[in-house]
Amino acid sequence: MDWVLIITQLLNGLQLGLLLFLLASGLTLVFGIMDFVNLAHGALYMIGAYFCATLTEVTGSFLWGLLIAVPVTAAAGALLEISIIRRLYSKDHLDHVLATFGLILCFDTAVHFIWGPEGKAIPLPAFLDGRVTILPGIEFPTFRLSIILTGLILAFVLYFIITHTKTGMLIRAGASNRQMVSAHGIDIKSLFTVVFAVGAAMAGFAGMMISPITEASIGMGNEIIIIAFVVIIIGGIGSIKGAFLAAVLVGLIDTMGRSFLDTLLKLILSAENAETAAPALSAMAIYILMAAILAVKPQGLFPPKGR
Amino acid sequence: MREQIKKGYYNYALIISTGLLALLPLYVHVSGDDFYLDLANRLMILAIAATSLNLILGHGGMISFGHAAYLGIGAYSVGIPAYYEIYDGLFQLLVAITVSGLFALLTGAVCLRTRGVYFIMITMAFTQMAFFGIVSIEEYGGDDGLVIDTRSTFGNFFNLEDTVTLYYFVLASLLISLYIVKRIMTSPFGMVIAGSKSNERRMQSIGFNTYRYKLVCYVLSGCLCGYAGALLGNFTNFISPEMMDWTASGELIFMVLLGGTGTLLGPLWGAATFVLLEEWLSGITTYWHFFFGALLIIVVLFARGGIDGLLKRLRLT
Amino acid sequence: MMNLPILKVSNLSKTFGGVVATDHLNLEIEHGELHAIIGPNGAGKTTLIAQLSGETLPDSGEIIFREENITALPPFKRSRLGIARSFQITSLMLEMDVIDNITLATLAQDNHSYKFWKPAREDIDLRKSALNALKEIGLEERAFEKVGNLSHGEHRQLEIAMALATQPHLLLLDEPMAGMGTDEGSTILKILQKLKKRKTILLIEHDMDVVFALADRITVLVYGQVIASGSPESIKEDENVREAYLGSDGEINC
Repeated sequence: MDWVLIITQLLNGLQLGLLLFLLASGLTLVFGIMDFVNLAHGALYMIGAYFCATLTEVTGSFLWGLLIAVPVTAAAGALLEISIIRRLYSKDHLDHVLATFGLILCFDTAVHFIWGPEGKAIPLPAFLDGRVTILPGIEFPTFRLSIILTGLILAFVLYFIITHTKTGMLIRAGASNRQMVSAHGIDIKSLFTVVFAVGAAMAGFAGMMISPITEASIGMGNEIIIIAFVVIIIGGIGSIKGAFLAAVLVGLIDTMGRSFLDTLLKLILSAENAETAAPALSAMAIYILMAAILAVKPQGLFPPKGR
Repeated sequence: MREQIKKGYYNYALIISTGLLALLPLYVHVSGDDFYLDLANRLMILAIAATSLNLILGHGGMISFGHAAYLGIGAYSVGIPAYYEIYDGLFQLLVAITVSGLFALLTGAVCLRTRGVYFIMITMAFTQMAFFGIVSIEEYGGDDGLVIDTRSTFGNFFNLEDTVTLYYFVLASLLISLYIVKRIMTSPFGMVIAGSKSNERRMQSIGFNTYRYKLVCYVLSGCLCGYAGALLGNFTNFISPEMMDWTASGELIFMVLLGGTGTLLGPLWGAATFVLLEEWLSGITTYWHFFFGALLIIVVLFARGGIDGLLKRLRLT
Repeated sequence: MMNLPILKVSNLSKTFGGVVATDHLNLEIEHGELHAIIGPNGAGKTTLIAQLSGETLPDSGEIIFREENITALPPFKRSRLGIARSFQITSLMLEMDVIDNITLATLAQDNHSYKFWKPAREDIDLRKSALNALKEIGLEERAFEKVGNLSHGEHRQLEIAMALATQPHLLLLDEPMAGMGTDEGSTILKILQKLKKRKTILLIEHDMDVVFALADRITVLVYGQVIASGSPESIKEDENVREAYLGSDGEINC
């Protein structure tokens, strides 16, 4: 039993899961509150990464890059919401899907136009670039650890806001009763813009945090958006709790699957077959998980109430 | 009366288009310019794929982002046997249709228990699943794709190596597909599917197990699209995993909506418009996708009832 | 067989988020009778019909139809067993023709709808039986009209015709008079009178004139419970019923 590998992969899985949570939480909030399907959420993930890359270059510091890029991405999200997204709320879901699909095309080509076809690497400052001994004999990259920490902190902050503050109550109320919230003098339109912008910021932040590892690239949004959808389908639309659980589950299964499935399969299949089947099965694992959960709970683990 | 006029129009349009398409190789032979032949080939293959999608989307109201998977399955059904030097076309087509049907059955059984946007998202997810599943098999090219060096052969009768033979095979396939889909749409089965699109609750109330009907329709649609995929693999001699990407499904949906949902020839017009538009725009700028995306957004925003509504209004004038 | 009730509801209960919509409800419908269910708003009539038709699963209790336990069966299976329902808010295939709607109702009972080849609209037998069904209800003139273009009253006629076309043993009619003007209403009433002798009917209605004109027996529902059940005369006299409707006014109004 290679404990070092198992623990390292568990942590990697947790890291992936938390990153997915950052992305999925914005998506599920926007879907749950504004009933809006945003395919272009992945595009916000992408431009956040690119903003950070350029700002890191300009300022010479990743931290400054992050600090400035997050509000910039939030602003971009707000702008998008005001100009295009809010006009779509009244339309049906297929229109949402088609329009945001159009947005993806626009964003992808715009990024290509501005930054070129090559990806952009983001260099890490020295103190984040090393390894940390978390347990005797087990080292783990510092940066990945910082992803886990920031992810957990943000998850907690988000949960706290949604369940224990007036703003959170408004957000949840806005979902189920717009008129009542407006009657209290709260501007629903602005509330929605804020929610969208926060979602954009979180998506962008996720993109920024992954790019030092994988590089900012044009396709990154399209790949990750489907996984984000899988997460919110499993978790239940509109549920932050669900998104958290599902994201961690998906992150763990995907990572552990890729690492250990061939070992597991070798117990039942021949070595050769195991080696061919394992990559395919582990790539499909999270979708099979989704199908299995839907078979038992067709609206996800924490279904939306009364819609 | 309007029905009869419409029918007449359709018949004329179909005859003229078929005629043009049938005569195209002659023109090409004379001018020596292969370009239009390739364009028409691609157009017709996508038209078959769009027609298969229309069966469930336009006719049945099931908005599936999953059809790119069948194109991929169909293409790999040609590519993988070819990799093992099995070039028999009949065998490859059988594999394409059977595997597509099976995939449709298994994924459809899950998706069709959901509605609306859940359905859309789950079909997207399954497409990605197929994509990643295939791409992770290094043996067959992984994400570099698979080259198909030899096209399908059909016994001692013919093979698809020759561009013109392939062309007529595709044209014949298109016409036969349109005919089959027409029969399905006007049959009692087709009527049940249309009824389920219109008012599923009522259909269940009068005694139809709509889930089962939709599943059958979904499988038929997948099979036809898999067939189109096999043609595509032959045509391009290369399978790129991008064929199976969910964004490719989006393009198919746009073709169906553009051409008019629920009509027989709509997908043909939609595919033609899309292919020609793409050809024209990409000649102007490499960033043509931007304008395509912008067009989508504008139509959704400013056409009352979205794209489908706009098209309904255009077709009525 | 004819002595047992065609429909027996025992101890049916359903609660929605704290509200008891159906409260240990017992009901028996006899073969051939027209049994009306009345009650003030919020009495749980809609929930009851949803459970009878299969759209809602009860929390507890049983529904026995012709000696078969149908409590958990989905709507399409109940239809196959012979329960047909008309909807309070007409539920039709609006984009299709009138005759297509009826044809579908006929097809449903007939296992031939997995036919893929022959055009449905050219099947002579199918056409004929559809047109006959329309003639019965007085809509044959509108056969080739799109349902969306029909008037409110014609929608209701079609609504009932479709339920009939499935040749049911039991008809569940959910407020067939709802939204009908005077003329339309009398057309529907005539249809109901014709049906009265030929079919077993469970009628949910607000229109008291219609109820007392047609019903063999009446059951009164209040807050999900049966407070009275019996002949129209006995219901008129019943203290509890008067109380429930308008205090002790002494009249059953609605």
